[in-house]
Amino acid sequence: MNADAVIPAHLESAAVIEARASGLRSEWRLASYTVRFSAICLAIFYLLAAASPFFASYDPTYQNRTMPDCPPMALHLSAPSEWSHGLFYTHPMRMTDPALRKFTQDNSRRIYIHLFTRGHLFTTDADSEPYFMLGSEGLGRDLYSRIVYGSRVSMCVGLLGVLISFSLGITIGALSGYLGGTIDFLIMRWSEIEMSLPQFYFLLALAAVIPSGLSAVTTFFMIVAIMSFISWAGFARIIRGMASSVRSRPYVEAARALGASRWRIITRHIIPSVLGYAVVAATLSIPGFILGESALSLLGLGIQEPAASWGNLLAQAQDVQNLARYPWILIPGIFIFLAVMSFNFLGDHLRDRLDPSGAS
Amino acid sequence: MSRFLIRRLLNMIPLLLGITFISFVAMSLVPGDFVSNLKLNPTITPEVIHQLQAQFGLDQPLMVRYFKWLWGVLHLNFGFSLSYRVSVTGLIASRAFNTILLALSSMIFSWMIAIPIGIIVAVNQNSIWDRFLSFLAFFGMSVPNFFLAFLMMYLALKTGWFPIGGTFSVDYATLDPLSKVADRINHLILPVFVLGISGTAGLMRLMRSQILEIKNSDFVRTARAKGLSERVVIYKHVLRNALNPFVTMAGYSLGDLLGGAALVEAVMNLQGLGLLMLDAVRSLDIYLVMGSVLMGTILLLVGNLLADIALVAVDPRVDFSSVAAE
Repeated sequence: MNADAVIPAHLESAAVIEARASGLRSEWRLASYTVRFSAICLAIFYLLAAASPFFASYDPTYQNRTMPDCPPMALHLSAPSEWSHGLFYTHPMRMTDPALRKFTQDNSRRIYIHLFTRGHLFTTDADSEPYFMLGSEGLGRDLYSRIVYGSRVSMCVGLLGVLISFSLGITIGALSGYLGGTIDFLIMRWSEIEMSLPQFYFLLALAAVIPSGLSAVTTFFMIVAIMSFISWAGFARIIRGMASSVRSRPYVEAARALGASRWRIITRHIIPSVLGYAVVAATLSIPGFILGESALSLLGLGIQEPAASWGNLLAQAQDVQNLARYPWILIPGIFIFLAVMSFNFLGDHLRDRLDPSGAS
Repeated sequence: MSRFLIRRLLNMIPLLLGITFISFVAMSLVPGDFVSNLKLNPTITPEVIHQLQAQFGLDQPLMVRYFKWLWGVLHLNFGFSLSYRVSVTGLIASRAFNTILLALSSMIFSWMIAIPIGIIVAVNQNSIWDRFLSFLAFFGMSVPNFFLAFLMMYLALKTGWFPIGGTFSVDYATLDPLSKVADRINHLILPVFVLGISGTAGLMRLMRSQILEIKNSDFVRTARAKGLSERVVIYKHVLRNALNPFVTMAGYSLGDLLGGAALVEAVMNLQGLGLLMLDAVRSLDIYLVMGSVLMGTILLLVGNLLADIALVAVDPRVDFSSVAAE
């Protein structure tokens, strides 16, 4: 191989990259503001999940025993002369009524907030003098840091759950639709059973199987497995319907006439032809997984303390007294809402893009 | 009609068997049982525990227990709740009523909002109202109903306009019948709102796309060509046809409603089937779990069946043979 051969290849790859980038750019221009907002939201959430230790201000399990249920603290911009101390500062909160957990702001003192120090995006000098951007919860842990770590659960549960239930649904559905006969009959009866379940009740019954002593990661995988087990049937049925209609199309018959094996026809012709639908349905089914996990964790059957998930952070609000006195414990719900809404908008947009004729 | 009914009812049997069996196995896989929790109590001797296990049949193999339970169910005996210490049948009947009341009211609530708005939005397609309400629908669709329930509880706490959760007031038993009804309704407003909102958004979008689709069909063009007023075209021709899928939706949205109701019940502390199920799962009260799962499934299946019957009644093009073939 000589240098002449390398240069065109290099140029070509650059051209490909540029084409891809301009493709992305035109996608961006086609998207409405709501879709752009959704994309940005999800990008931020995945960033939070990927680099939680950096974005969180504190260790999510560190308990400030003197500051439980502390309200969100105000952020102030320092005067330019004090920028050597820190760009931002907050006034410390002191608990004045331990019974009702009432706090007063100590305006005489300042806690400086530093950016990019101690391995965090922003934090204070010491864990014992914290800046609770979104307040603290019942054990004095920083709510914001726990939300950042909790994003790992919610962001992964959707992707992983969809991946599993979709591979199951698409394989089983395509197989069932293409093979027909007894296998088709059995698979469809089974999926009917799954679909006529009161899903949430069944989810509760299955979630009870998860032993309480497991690590958060194992629990997480078990929840994903259970939810995928419940939800593959719907996809399988739709994919089956499409597959059995594709089966009699001329190009599939042509492939068969050319001597293509069943496996080849399924993997090369049937699955690709239903993939567009599958991508849309996948995006639109992610919220279901996120909500399912949150609901289970909220009810104490999912991710267990001390691990954080957006759902179990809300569990504290089930006590009416907590809800009345410390309303900021509802903030994780806003994150769940934003994630769900973003996936809904994005899925809807994808549907319009992939099938402009069906756009209403 | 009767052949259709018999066929559908026969189809339910393997379904119910399958579902109860899976749930039974799942609940049996849980380490420990209700009685083993009592072992932690030092005042209960091991002999008593053995006696209790024998009494509730917890020491027998899985299959034996399942068939014994099934035999009981056939005699309308759903077993004995270990934690409530009463028969499961009575417990479930009273709770199921509350859940059905909640689910049906929310369904009616969301229809009453979704259908008119869907019509307005579709008739004025691409107007500012269309854009705004369609956006709002996405918003409503995305709010988790447990989160909305928390927000409404907070609203009730801060304003005092509504009771803070619960099925009825403390002094419910002393009220006269009329006040009892008023009290129940007062306690239902927020839960119905919460549960109804998420369904509303989806229904509104369905209504909109239905009308838009039918608006361009041939018979509508004919109606217009005959010189009928726009009002008659929309209400007599388009709307009647657009309402068909709603009947089917009513049956299939029951599953979501039951699930949603369970969460709303848990957050707002309503004495419904969902909260009962949750308590049962938490305390490993196996027969109560089984009863609730069975009850939930039956509600769902009967709902779907009623929806299919209603569809035949509403749409003359559909008959029982075509519904059964689906």
